[in-house]
Amino acid sequence: MTIPELKPLLHVCDLKVSYGGIHALKGINFHIAPGELIALIGSNGAGKTTTLKAIAGLIPWSAGKIHYRDMSLQHVAAHQLIREGLALVPEGRGVFAQLTVEENLRMGAYSRSDKSTIANDLQDIYGLFPRLAERHMQLAGTLSGGEQQMMALARALMSRPKLLMLDEPSMGLAPQMIAKVFETIRNISTQGVSILLVEQNARLALEVAQRGYVMERGLITISDNAANLLDSDVVRRAYLGD
Amino acid sequence: MDTLLQQIINGYVQGSVYAMVALGYTMVYGILGLINFAHGEIVMVGAMVALSVVQLLINSGLPPQLVLLFSLIISVSVCMSLGYSIERIAYRPLRKAPRLAPLITAIGVSIVLQNLAMIIWGREYLAFPPILPNNSHRFFGAIITEVQILIVLVALIMMGGLLLLVHQTRLGCAMRAVAENPTAAILMGVNTNKVIAITFMLGSGLAAVAGLMISARYGIVHYYMGSILGLKAFTAAVLGGIGNMRGAMMGGLLLGLIESLGAGYIGDLSGGFLGSHYQDVFAFFVLISVLIFRPSGLFGGRIAERA
Ligand SMILES: Nc1ncnc2c1ncn2[C@@H]1O[C@H](COP(=O)(O)OP(=O)(O)OP(=O)(O)O)[C@@H](O)[C@H]1O
Ligand SMILES: [Mg+2]
Repeated sequence: MTIPELKPLLHVCDLKVSYGGIHALKGINFHIAPGELIALIGSNGAGKTTTLKAIAGLIPWSAGKIHYRDMSLQHVAAHQLIREGLALVPEGRGVFAQLTVEENLRMGAYSRSDKSTIANDLQDIYGLFPRLAERHMQLAGTLSGGEQQMMALARALMSRPKLLMLDEPSMGLAPQMIAKVFETIRNISTQGVSILLVEQNARLALEVAQRGYVMERGLITISDNAANLLDSDVVRRAYLGD
Repeated sequence: MDTLLQQIINGYVQGSVYAMVALGYTMVYGILGLINFAHGEIVMVGAMVALSVVQLLINSGLPPQLVLLFSLIISVSVCMSLGYSIERIAYRPLRKAPRLAPLITAIGVSIVLQNLAMIIWGREYLAFPPILPNNSHRFFGAIITEVQILIVLVALIMMGGLLLLVHQTRLGCAMRAVAENPTAAILMGVNTNKVIAITFMLGSGLAAVAGLMISARYGIVHYYMGSILGLKAFTAAVLGGIGNMRGAMMGGLLLGLIESLGAGYIGDLSGGFLGSHYQDVFAFFVLISVLIFRPSGLFGGRIAERA
């Protein structure tokens, strides 16, 4: 459900990023309204991860603007963004393998100072993810890939995000586990959290998303409702393997 | 038998000092992958500053315990600021540079500190006045002094406190997170620069305490004392598995024992050819052996205790 009149939560405007001489983003534009679940799809090397990293402040951009909740992110340090409700689950999950599951989850709430609500949220998370509750004293590195992805999602939720960015959450997981992860993503979305979902698995992403953007070699080439994208011949041939 | 116990006691005391200094190497290595070769000089500065404070206050009529406390507080504060400044000025600008660059810088910082100390405190051996009454006690035939007991107790308390900090607090958790995956830590909202600075300051504070301990034990300080001590503590850290905090503690104690027992028996072993002044040889023998046969250290291979 998009409400066009609503001010976008995130607005990316003519964003350009280059690594040395390689132009990874050549001026991209897109926005996310509050509560939306947006899919960003594209083939390998299209610039999806680069887009997320730029928004999260992990890499500098050479031109363009990123606005988040009326703030320009130009001069905001990366570690301050999570305080503003902007969370990224990076490619490869960024799990702290040497920390216990519970320590990982607490790291998710590192930016918060409301001790008692953190404790409550932790209990809620354990209710939602019983696997993590069972394994809360275990080193996170000993979890299975799927459990680690769940933990990474749970950890991001511990920050109480307003905008959650996910970089290929299905990567390396068995189909059953992928279904679980996507169910969780859908649930998070219904809680009102806005989500920017980057996926290789375009069909799954477009099935949960409301709108989608297609990236090709550093540019956004198609932007439409998810349903239309799933029907479009171009998308079906290039990304859905039909 | 008496001498064996005596060697063990001496080794344990010396090992406690090595352990405290080794922690500084291992913590910085754990979080930055950098061997801070200037760390030994921080111990020296700690000893020198403590000496100056003691000299200033010794005739002030203050009780000796208070003099010691003041000198401890001031030398710890000076060393913490020094550790902070070194990180800020010498290492942080090189964080993204190839690994060799900060390593060479570390050696440079070490030379600068030595020379500064020589200018400030002179090139002579300086006597560290005995502030505390150093009574000795008989212990199953061996002799243990009160200063030795104090050293062991303080080292235990400081190391226990550090382990608690690193494993039980939010800050400690952030330190371990930065050590393992700095980018992910940033995404959690950790100010990595701050955490790295705190790590340097903690290591430097421990170094200052160690500096005061050795000065109180041997009664002598010298601008060059940091190099050999630093190298030995580094050996202890490597022995325990660099990056591993418990390893650094165990490595320090072990090295102290090896040295002390080795020095005690080297005469017998070599048929009187080598004397106990060869004790330094043991540390380097240990360093080289570990690097050849078990570079990950005795407790290495498990990076679980990093940071
Ligand atoms: N650190 C880097 N240095 C140089 N080039 C890079 C770097 N990171 C990415 N690139 C290049 O930038 C382009 C975009 O990379 P990016 O990782 O954003 O793609 P992606 O869409 O996430 O791909 P994938 O689906 O494989 O994850 C690629 O051509 C890649 O080679
Ligand atoms: Mg990617």
